[in-house]
Amino acid sequence: MTTYPWAVGYIDDGDRPKVVTSRFHLEDSYTLERYVATGGYDGLKAALGRTPTAVHDDVKAATVLGRGGAGFPAGTKWGLTPQGVWPRYLVVNGDESEPGTYKDRLLMERDPHQLIEGCLIASYAAGLSQCFLYIRGEMALAQERVATALNEAYAAGYVGKNILGSDFSIDIVLHWGAGAYVVGEETALIESLEGKRGEPRLKPPFFPAAVGLYGRPTIVNNVETLANLPWLMVNGSVAYTAIGTVTSPGTRMVAVSGHVRRPGVYEIINGTTTFRDLVYGEEFCQGIREGNELKAFVPGGGSAPWFTPEQLDLPFEGKLVGAAGSMLGSGAIMVMDHTTDIPAAALTLTRFYAHESCGQCTPCREGATWLERVLSRVVDGRGTHADLDQMFEIGESICPGTFPHAASTELGLVAAPFPYKMTTICFVGPSAYVPVHSALTLFRSEFDAKIVERKRIPVSAQAAGAH
Amino acid sequence: MSRLTEANVIVAKEIMGRYPKARSATIPLLHLSQQQNGYVTNEAMAHVAELVGATSAEILGTATFYEMFKFEPVGKYLVNICGTMSCALLGAEELIHHAEQKLGVKVGGTSADGMVTLERAECQAACTEAPCLQANYRFRYRMTPQALDTFIDDLVAGRLDGEIPPHGTVARVRQHIPADRGVGAVAPEAVDDAPLWVSAAATSTEASK
Repeated sequence: MTTYPWAVGYIDDGDRPKVVTSRFHLEDSYTLERYVATGGYDGLKAALGRTPTAVHDDVKAATVLGRGGAGFPAGTKWGLTPQGVWPRYLVVNGDESEPGTYKDRLLMERDPHQLIEGCLIASYAAGLSQCFLYIRGEMALAQERVATALNEAYAAGYVGKNILGSDFSIDIVLHWGAGAYVVGEETALIESLEGKRGEPRLKPPFFPAAVGLYGRPTIVNNVETLANLPWLMVNGSVAYTAIGTVTSPGTRMVAVSGHVRRPGVYEIINGTTTFRDLVYGEEFCQGIREGNELKAFVPGGGSAPWFTPEQLDLPFEGKLVGAAGSMLGSGAIMVMDHTTDIPAAALTLTRFYAHESCGQCTPCREGATWLERVLSRVVDGRGTHADLDQMFEIGESICPGTFPHAASTELGLVAAPFPYKMTTICFVGPSAYVPVHSALTLFRSEFDAKIVERKRIPVSAQAAGAH
Repeated sequence: MSRLTEANVIVAKEIMGRYPKARSATIPLLHLSQQQNGYVTNEAMAHVAELVGATSAEILGTATFYEMFKFEPVGKYLVNICGTMSCALLGAEELIHHAEQKLGVKVGGTSADGMVTLERAECQAACTEAPCLQANYRFRYRMTPQALDTFIDDLVAGRLDGEIPPHGTVARVRQHIPADRGVGAVAPEAVDDAPLWVSAAATSTEASK
């Protein structure tokens, strides 16, 4: 099924521009030798030939959107550091663990030097004096590949003191986690990097760019975001924005999993590629397995409200998807065909978030767990109609007010746009509610079908064995 | 045995030296202790606390937050089968049930021979290759009950020793920053000024005006 056995899951059929996956077809793409032979570190050289401000301006002009989930422009983020406060740090978020997401691990395993070069360019432009590359604990191969690449890059003079003979000096430190989804939240990532429990920090301050690692200005960027920079430096922002749309330029990596004929990781053109292209396109997933019908799909990782076939023609454009009631998130699409048991599928995600709640905020710690328990008994055929209402009530305590959902002609529903209000510090609590809310709103009849009306039997009658 | 060995203290100090604050090395050091002992012992946590300048309670607090740290012995191999959505849609429950039967344990248990501990894991970032599992954090993709049987037999028989190290070892390659190439970590309190390449560029821009 896979195009390249060494890049499991990655498929490059079709004639599309490759910004971050250009070396995936090479078996030894992770070595310094191959990297340099294929234009590696040319972006760094180009950057060092210009002032940090000029490099920063180019990244701003290219509107490189963050690829971690929130989609915030990287160039703008770098500019949020307070004037005159030093030192500033770069923390790379390689803690990929959003359900459905599979791209950063590939980028780290297949092209670690590209990531390192991206870190160097970002640090040069934003005046960041030390970089911490935080890789998810469970990614053994990614850690080995990045460690090896860093050792090679130090020896060759690409990282460390006076890089390529310039004034630019920086250490990139490989850091690795120990298993906690919530650490992907940027302030939790920083807490974890300080050696503490990975609990998200109370906001404000909203951005670690103001107060981050050790209380200093810190830029937290996703792996894929940084991997875009070498190409951008070599080819320029005009070439970058020529791909995709004005508001969503460039490419992005998307993993499509679940009930499709050809699940895979694809580098797609941002802004214009539609969900229909991805699910049914010949160069992408080639339709639903076994000729089945599409029932629903999660468009942007487990935290994203669900879509149905009605939303297939939406393009990969944040504003449009937000208005339609969901988000693009981390480039993860999970597809469910008509045989899917919707309540059971929702449970797999709610269980995930309940398990991963850090426990700091009561609405998430208690609410997510309640949602899991109540949904679990409904799935087991032990639920009541009151349980269904109760799940909405629990959700209301995590996210008061209107909760985003997709439109449905059949159900007469108008889309409720993203985002939601929340009573928790971070997005884990709301995310536990997302699958429950989407499934109940769009597929209520499936829940009703699972409800068993339990007979109320008086205790005395039970004791007498009268039932 | 339970505290870090002398050789590992050298490794620990090298790791700590890369951070502006030693406490940042807590998780890597806990991994190091788990690599040495197979799980995280109380003595090791006390030792890590001494090294990074924290209390043992603080280290316990950090350690217990994270899934990968185990506080009692586990099998030589930790087999984590993913049960989150993409894998669940393609038969993860059946696979977990099959693994329980094969190993004669429930999820969380260790096989009678002490070789394999079975866990249900959350999303492992291999969603297009569902259902997937990890053995000591090494992947197996698109698993079937039959493939799982063969895999566990191979694992227990030692046929995969070259690829899959015993529990505790995650990455087999460590970063080493050569003394003559490294910039060195500086405490944040000791820095007030912009880095050289920023101030130098600013000065030359001023001069050219």
